[in-house]
Amino acid sequence: MNVSVTINGAVRSADVEPRMLLTDFIRGTLGLTGTHVGCDTSSCGVCTVLLDGVPAKSCTIFAVQVDGRSITTVEGLKQNGQLSPIQQAFHEEHGLQCGFCTPAMMLVGTALLEENPNPTDDEVRWAISGNLCRCTGYMNIVKSIQAAAAMKSEEVSA
Amino acid sequence: MTTTAEHTPKTTAEVGGLGHSRRRVEDARFIEGRGNYVDDIVLPGMLHMAIHRSPLAHARILSIDTSEASAVEGVIAVVTGELLAGYNLAWMPTLSGDTQAVLATDKVRFQGQEIAAVIAVDRYIAQDAADKIVVEYEELEPIVTPQRSLEADAPLIRDDKEGQDTNQCYIWESGDKEATDAVFAKADKVVDLDTFYPRSHPSPLETCGIVADVNSATGQATLYMTSQAPHAHRTVFALVAGLPEQNIRIVSPDIGGGFGNKVPVYPGYVVATAASLVIGQPIKWVETRYENLISTGFGRDYHMHGEMALSNDGKILGLRVDMLSDQGAFFSDAQPTKFKAGLFHIVTGSYDYPVAHVTTRGAYTNKAPGGVAYRCSFRVTEASYMIERLVQNAAYEIGMDPAEFRRKNFIKKDQFPYLSPTGFVYDSGDYEAALDLAMEMVGWDEIQKEKEQARAEGRLVGIGLASFTEVVGAGHGDDYDILGLRMFDSAELRIHPTGKAILKLGVRTQGQGHETTFAQIVAEELGIPASDIKVVEGDTDNTPYGLGTYASRSTPVAGAATAVVSRNLREKARKIAAHLLEASEDDLEWEVGKFFVKGDRDSSVTIQDVAFAAYTNMPEGVEPGLEGVHYYDPPNMTYPFGSYVVVVEVDPDTGQWKVRKMVAVDDCGVRINPMIVEGQIHGGLTEGFAMSSMQYITFDEQGNCIGANFLDYLIPTAWETPRFELGETVTPSPHHPIGAKGVGESATVGSPAAFVNAVVDALWHLGVRNIDMPVSADRVWAAMEEAKA
Repeated sequence: MNVSVTINGAVRSADVEPRMLLTDFIRGTLGLTGTHVGCDTSSCGVCTVLLDGVPAKSCTIFAVQVDGRSITTVEGLKQNGQLSPIQQAFHEEHGLQCGFCTPAMMLVGTALLEENPNPTDDEVRWAISGNLCRCTGYMNIVKSIQAAAAMKSEEVSA
Repeated sequence: MTTTAEHTPKTTAEVGGLGHSRRRVEDARFIEGRGNYVDDIVLPGMLHMAIHRSPLAHARILSIDTSEASAVEGVIAVVTGELLAGYNLAWMPTLSGDTQAVLATDKVRFQGQEIAAVIAVDRYIAQDAADKIVVEYEELEPIVTPQRSLEADAPLIRDDKEGQDTNQCYIWESGDKEATDAVFAKADKVVDLDTFYPRSHPSPLETCGIVADVNSATGQATLYMTSQAPHAHRTVFALVAGLPEQNIRIVSPDIGGGFGNKVPVYPGYVVATAASLVIGQPIKWVETRYENLISTGFGRDYHMHGEMALSNDGKILGLRVDMLSDQGAFFSDAQPTKFKAGLFHIVTGSYDYPVAHVTTRGAYTNKAPGGVAYRCSFRVTEASYMIERLVQNAAYEIGMDPAEFRRKNFIKKDQFPYLSPTGFVYDSGDYEAALDLAMEMVGWDEIQKEKEQARAEGRLVGIGLASFTEVVGAGHGDDYDILGLRMFDSAELRIHPTGKAILKLGVRTQGQGHETTFAQIVAEELGIPASDIKVVEGDTDNTPYGLGTYASRSTPVAGAATAVVSRNLREKARKIAAHLLEASEDDLEWEVGKFFVKGDRDSSVTIQDVAFAAYTNMPEGVEPGLEGVHYYDPPNMTYPFGSYVVVVEVDPDTGQWKVRKMVAVDDCGVRINPMIVEGQIHGGLTEGFAMSSMQYITFDEQGNCIGANFLDYLIPTAWETPRFELGETVTPSPHHPIGAKGVGESATVGSPAAFVNAVVDALWHLGVRNIDMPVSADRVWAAMEEAKA
């Protein structure tokens, strides 16, 4: 079956088996390996992408289901050669260690800040509670997302 | 909040030596999705492998029918144990010197055991075909507890091993039994504790995997593997597969977390390599999460009984511990040869008493093999839990405040180096300082008042303390080895003509930030800015031999090697500087980054000037170049320590408990990069919380694994995970070149006892004396009900 998606702003299409998972489509067919796979039960969230701006676990969606839709992966966060505030903040606040959960965490954080530009500690924790991290204990991930919020609001006021 | 000791780095932020919270070099690729993990590797002509696993825990294999699987379109080959036996590869050695089936030929010995593998053109087809393999079994009694395993009438699990006529895997003891028994016979009081540290799994978010690429023309095997120990693995592959070691290159690319899970060699690695050798094409095998949890290296599974002899005034007189370890079907810990239960005999903890005796027994069961040091230095986690739980119960039984009881029994600051009753030489410590700081940070007196107040209102508040001592950084090589390989580590430093450098190490980072911190050690020693130093690890063709990253050994061992090789090059640089300054070497003084002539600070050369001269203008009789390698065999291990305080509130109706406050004071000696150290502690505390509250693997009586997916095996999310407040004291290691001790695992070692002590403290007045981990709400509720009855 033919699937056509807009991924990180570019239109890509391919012929795929109906059973192909979106994760495999993104990683294998499109070669965007920043999206990861960490479990078989939609529990860990490292495969999260933004589907029309909303976080979605790509291991739980067939590629054919997203025909015609718009996807953002970690590779799409950098704009015009500039790291996004969330990318800068994860680096500055030591929000990552092994890096495996990081793309998903940053995408969920990006979507959260679109909806809620100034989230509390609890609000960030609730937003990322579908995503596991084994390295950081979440402390610095929360800090990173809040720092990105501060960065963005400075950008707006500047 | 963080309470930190004074950090006054010797170097500027631009140089970025010790004590700078330098931002991480490795972040750049990860935040752009440009990391390179094993599953990201795609090679031309690459095939995919899937494994057929046993649904039964213990059964004789009567037949294996692969015909239907072979007939699936796209299948290239089906590999069975019988086929591997033709290459003498049906069995392999474990890192503990036992044997393990690669693909089962005679019996299956645990649920999830590897039986056959399918190689196909894509992963979906490989999995389809693997499901079509039909195995006929004769079921045998599954043995799911070590107690049953050791009964005389228990069926023999390891009937493959000559001379193995029981299910006992090992028995080992440490300390002086006679002297200890004599002390116990005369003690005023003996307090005991039975506790079980359940089976847990490191479950890094990236599962294990390999891309095996054996070039049939050249015989070169390039193995991209999730390996915490690429050099040791290369040697094992050379021994197992009979491949010449120079033709094996192990590349351990970016690793998505390890925590001990990526130390063993797994059957899947061996099968993929053998299949690539035979088929002549690259083969990828990446575990599913189910495969990772059901078959690869678990941690813990220790049944422990401890007894403490006490005097009436609260002095510890001696310790007796009897431990039974559930090893699963194969003994595949990665233990030093001499120590069957790893470093469990450090169970005497942070306290000073003259005698102890420890007996450890290991038993085979029909469960997955492993017993890896899960974020732990060879079983020190179980030891620390045992002593810190026992100490709290002993304090209450004797009627003392647990903090006072600890203080009274601590090894004192001036007693170091301290010889423990089981033979460890603790390098340095100041346990009271760490405890003082933790109590001050948590507001000890106020929190005690709050606890009393809460109790008066019918609420249950508990305070738990743990003052742990860890032992990390194995060797020395005389005492510590893996399969005979001495536990040294190495660093190779090459300073290029322009003064930039490359540092190559035998260890392998899995998120600890080596690319950032090891450059800081060189920066400190040579004054070359850390940003001018590239750190390379994880490629056996391009790095010096080392034993790998686990047991918190990278900083204590490879970090020391890095400091020493830097100092060696500084001495060579001195000769060149003397030549450039036309002065005698003895007249030169060093300050970070340059040599100058004593009394004439204007006559100086920088390390960069010297580097250029090393390739362009050498003094006579000195070898050109500015490069070196150092293999560091540590004189002793290092002993990080800390004091953790947890405050919980337990719901008296449901047994649910919440952490109200957690303070963690760590002393890991000199901190190379405080930001990274704190990140390591956050992560370690979270895994400690996980184990104490929710994370464990269990089995039903048929040997079915309960916990082979993330719906049954619970890992805390950000929502459940407590907030942590960190504090720090600094007691340098006297024998480490930069005084560092290692920190990756301290928090996982120290914190579980603090969490459990807090919950038990909340319920002590009700009569509750122990709840085994995970301390889930239903267990708390049941303990309260039992105490009422």
